[in-house]
Amino acid sequence: MPPLVSIQGLSVAFNGMPVLRGVDLTLQKGEALGLVGESGSGKSVTWLAALGLLPRHAQVSGSVRLDGRDILGAPAAELDQVRGGRVAMIFQDPASALNPVLTIRKQLCESLALHRDLSGEAVKAEARRLLDLVGIPDAARRLSAYPHEFSGGQVQRIMIAMALAGNPDLLVADEPTTALDATIQAQILELLASVRREMGMAMVLISHDLGVVAENCDRVAVMYAGRIVEEAPANQLFADPVHPYAQGLIGALPPLDGPRRRLTAIPGTVPDPAMMPSGCAFAPRCALATEQCTPAAPSLAPIADGRTVACVRAETARRALLGVAAE
Amino acid sequence: MGRYFAIRIGRAALTIILVVTFAFVVLRLSGDPALMILGPEAPPEVIAAFRKAWGLDDPIWMQYVDYFGAIAKGELGRSMRDGRPAIELVLERIPSTLALTLPAFAFKVALGIPAGIYAALHRGSAIDRAVMITAVAGFTVPSFVLALLLVLVFAVQLGWLPSGGQESWRHAILPIATLGLGGAAVLARFTRSAMLEVLGQPYIRTASAKGVPWRKVVTAHALPNAAIPTVTILGFMVGTLIAGAVVVESVFAWPGVGRLLVVAVANRDLAVVQCILLLVALTMVTSNLIVDFLYGFLDPRLRAKGAHA
Repeated sequence: MPPLVSIQGLSVAFNGMPVLRGVDLTLQKGEALGLVGESGSGKSVTWLAALGLLPRHAQVSGSVRLDGRDILGAPAAELDQVRGGRVAMIFQDPASALNPVLTIRKQLCESLALHRDLSGEAVKAEARRLLDLVGIPDAARRLSAYPHEFSGGQVQRIMIAMALAGNPDLLVADEPTTALDATIQAQILELLASVRREMGMAMVLISHDLGVVAENCDRVAVMYAGRIVEEAPANQLFADPVHPYAQGLIGALPPLDGPRRRLTAIPGTVPDPAMMPSGCAFAPRCALATEQCTPAAPSLAPIADGRTVACVRAETARRALLGVAAE
Repeated sequence: MGRYFAIRIGRAALTIILVVTFAFVVLRLSGDPALMILGPEAPPEVIAAFRKAWGLDDPIWMQYVDYFGAIAKGELGRSMRDGRPAIELVLERIPSTLALTLPAFAFKVALGIPAGIYAALHRGSAIDRAVMITAVAGFTVPSFVLALLLVLVFAVQLGWLPSGGQESWRHAILPIATLGLGGAAVLARFTRSAMLEVLGQPYIRTASAKGVPWRKVVTAHALPNAAIPTVTILGFMVGTLIAGAVVVESVFAWPGVGRLLVVAVANRDLAVVQCILLLVALTMVTSNLIVDFLYGFLDPRLRAKGAHA
């Protein structure tokens, strides 16, 4: 099956400073992909760049294919059809993501008018249906309210309704629950899961919360310093991470059962984009680094079915995984 | 909402009283109208009679009480120079002033706001830098310098336009340009920074992510938000319509309220000066009230606050 989205060698630099250094990523129809990594690793930038939402001074290169058609650097009119229509995006801070001086009706109907062949009463009826769908009570009346009259969780629900307005094939959720408290977080994730089931929509969940990703995604890609360092089915990644950075991330999670153990922390900090080490960007923090790691950055190599890793130890890992499978 | 405006109207009334009181005290402490109007060679008995006639011999607090008593009855006093009611003198000058300040205001809005928006949308471009340099120049050059510069170029050197007077519409061009250019610069700067602030907001990115075409993102999403700070400065400009042209009217010998004010102050023609100041305070305060009202109209968050206040 041809992929829905295929990103190849996507690179982004701000004022000559590289922040994304060749990202390869594919996404199948209806699939839920988690994108994890520390802040600044390029998770959000990947999708903002793919949709042409970065400021003009950003230098973007590579290719982003949607159903085989390259949309990177496509004309504005074509991108406007993609954005909201094929790929919708919701953001971290719901409070500032809606226009404070426009009513919810205006903002919701705007999306409907752009991407659906609806007019007049049908637009309003659909707006009510969407608000109902995302669980805003008393939708008919609440449509004429302004964003400040809703709570953070409700605003995120409205953002989801707006995202669904264009019947997109893909929803990119950029830290959709980070600004919300834990119970609301669970409700929003539940809502995302249910609309996804209903509409058969693919989802990219950008998060630094591994638990959220583990529960909601089929596949996970781990990003570090502007690159993907490991990609695997969610259960396999969490059970058996291969890249030392992924191991570090998962080792830092407290286990729910079993004996208590000391949580590990990854020493050091993410390298400054201006002083990126030659070779593997993680090497300076890696306990397993050898002189093999410094000459060139390892590229993503397959280690098992549906699993890739960018590490000099990939081959060893591949044999180990094969060995496990042979037994 | 009612309370919100009651507080603002109360504050406005207090502002007017303070302005008038300040003017009253300063004018009476800074020179003797009898000497100013009659001249230093006038015989002492004439000066004494003049003082008595205008109540200048009374203690200052008594003059103050009389003055406010008269205002309460709607009397703004008479000019000491020609005995006509001060309000009449001022009102007959207002059309002349408005003939300068209204077109200048339109000029500021028509030039300053689009220039500011354009500069913000093309931040860092050559045109943005040109707009900003012009704006800073227009902002810092005093209006009398600009006025003299325009006279030098267009009246003296090129001989295209008259340098002063009020005979025809051509006489109004240079004063309007002087007033308009400075104001447009201020407005361009304000509009640019308001737009830049708004364009950096997450809801602008949301609108783009929805597939809203950029033109519409600017007009439907950015401008209504950027209008809020811009209205503040517009309100201030409306407040100066009556007496904002003092310097320009003097330079171009334009017989408006500003020139009347200069002459009246020089002569210590108390009633006229106070009448003008009262009028200025009233327009300022009124335009501020309108701005407050517009805020409520433009920003639903303030509307809500006002309703609860």
